[in-house]
Amino acid sequence: MKRIVIHEEHCIGCRLCEIHCVVQHSLSRDIIKAFKVEQPRVMPRVLVEESGPVSFALQCRQCLEPSCLEACISGAMHRDEKTGAVVCDEARCVGCWMCIMVCPAGAIQQNLNGTRIASKCDLCYGAEVPACAAHCPNEALTYEDV
Amino acid sequence: MALSLATPSFIVERDETRCIACQVCVRQCANDVHYYVEADNRVMSDPARCVGCHRCVAMCPTHALTVRTNPLEFRPHANWTASTLTSIYKQAETGGMLLTGMGCDQPYPIYWDHMVLNAAQVTNPSIDPMREPMELKTFLGAKPESLAFEQGDDGPTLTTRLSPQLELDVPILFSAMSYGSISFNACLSLARAARASDTFYNTGEGGLHPDLYEFGPNTIAQVASGRFGVHPDYLNAAAALEIKIGQGAKPGIGGHLPGEKVTREISRTRMIPEGTDAISPAPHHDIYSIEDLRQLIYALKEATHYAKPVSVKVAAVHNIAPIASGIVRAGADIVAIDGLRGGTGAAPTVVRNNVGIPIELALAAVDQRLREEGIRHRASLVVGGSVRNSADVVKALALGADAVYIATAALVAMGCHLCQNCYSGKCNWGIATQDPYLTRRLNPDIGARRLTNLLRAWALEIKEMMGGMGINSVESLRGNRDHLRGVGLNPVELDALGIRAAGF
Repeated sequence: MKRIVIHEEHCIGCRLCEIHCVVQHSLSRDIIKAFKVEQPRVMPRVLVEESGPVSFALQCRQCLEPSCLEACISGAMHRDEKTGAVVCDEARCVGCWMCIMVCPAGAIQQNLNGTRIASKCDLCYGAEVPACAAHCPNEALTYEDV
Repeated sequence: MALSLATPSFIVERDETRCIACQVCVRQCANDVHYYVEADNRVMSDPARCVGCHRCVAMCPTHALTVRTNPLEFRPHANWTASTLTSIYKQAETGGMLLTGMGCDQPYPIYWDHMVLNAAQVTNPSIDPMREPMELKTFLGAKPESLAFEQGDDGPTLTTRLSPQLELDVPILFSAMSYGSISFNACLSLARAARASDTFYNTGEGGLHPDLYEFGPNTIAQVASGRFGVHPDYLNAAAALEIKIGQGAKPGIGGHLPGEKVTREISRTRMIPEGTDAISPAPHHDIYSIEDLRQLIYALKEATHYAKPVSVKVAAVHNIAPIASGIVRAGADIVAIDGLRGGTGAAPTVVRNNVGIPIELALAAVDQRLREEGIRHRASLVVGGSVRNSADVVKALALGADAVYIATAALVAMGCHLCQNCYSGKCNWGIATQDPYLTRRLNPDIGARRLTNLLRAWALEIKEMMGGMGINSVESLRGNRDHLRGVGLNPVELDALGIRAAGF
């Protein structure tokens, strides 16, 4: 399966990955509406971590044996059969945050925009290239078979 | 503090209907033009700091930004122009020399644009490069007077001893840019592209970083007046050596890499203490004559076992023809000439804009002089100093060059927008900087890919133009001034270029 590969040495901390993640998961998928009209604004599922000049964009690593999937008390966290991505079924998530507790990468966040569900990367619903990798200006995120 | 009379050079326009306050511009501008006002959730801009590099414009995800020249106008005066006045304001304020980067931006005639190329029609056939072989392979180095053979049982064998040659797949090399003046990633991009395109890049006077030794077979190692990073391994790692006497952007001027750019890696590569200024003297202190130059050429040949061609690079100046003749007679295998419009990382503006001559005139004069003296074969001629496109390459070859050096075009391929602020060390494109926040912006994979694409594109265009002229090899194009005609040139200029006017 293809994964998003992080090339930390090329990350320039521009956060375009976060911006395009928001657009991709917005209702309109229009960058201006997503930021200026839609409320509450959806959360980015990729986060740029920074320390001095070093930065990298982190999203779910799509573990082969995901701790979040094992820890999920409601069965919301599951592997999508079509895309192979670990995704959260928002209808079943109860917001217990166990997935956040066990995620070794710290790649799951609380979505507190009124829904109280776990927010994580879904590889853009099986898109050819996820939005973060497609829009990274310095190829610090690539989508490859690994 | 007294009032500064400096006015913004640019205005930054932000389309508020498109700006989503994502702050990419804030994060990308090393000059701190853009800033976020949290209380209003708005991004604002201070145009006074803008250098016009377009980094924010290119990165803005909603295309909300544009940068324009500040339309501020002084009362019109043909003599006291706006740039003259602003220069005086700056100097009156600082008491210093004005610095700039890249090549001369003054409107001197660009002779490339006054020369047109020939094409075959009716009486001689043109060649379709898509169907027939078209040879761009170029060899740089001294060629023998004649070839002698010995007849043996297995056929003839060559008895003439050939001089070492550089073999290029395209008649284009990347000219000297030091590690220090440009970032490591920029050097690595050039090195990788040179290897991928079977040509050469040049270390400038910055030495060779240990990680770049693997690119030695595609490296020209420069020996300049500061002798930075010069040691036997450096010389022997390279495919050819180049003694840098002068540079087109600042003939007669030395170099100065400020201490803040001398990082640990640069200090190691240049063999100077970390954080100290790297000062290249204006002259080589051991070269005061052609005979002295000959000594250094042969010292380098001796150090590399006569296995590598030695180039001598000079700036195009008034007496360039006899200077080049002296260089050839001193034993150089390659004469590299850098014209008035050649680039630099830093130079006094007044020098960049006023010293030297256009490369087209220098090239024509040198090729003519070396031919007249019967020594043209003893050295190859490589010219640089604003070769902007493939047509410039073809015209340079037709004027008599063996190959061209490109640097500004290479930087532009890597993202440079010619904002001319290289000397500030704040290159937003990650090229002319050593700031760890900025150097990351040039991914060497992307840089090398773009440079390789550029050379490939130019090679295709050169083949197309050559085919149109009915020429199938650069050998037949070199010095073939019959394929050039002048447009809008006076008789003196036509004579200097050694070409006829269009229509004749």
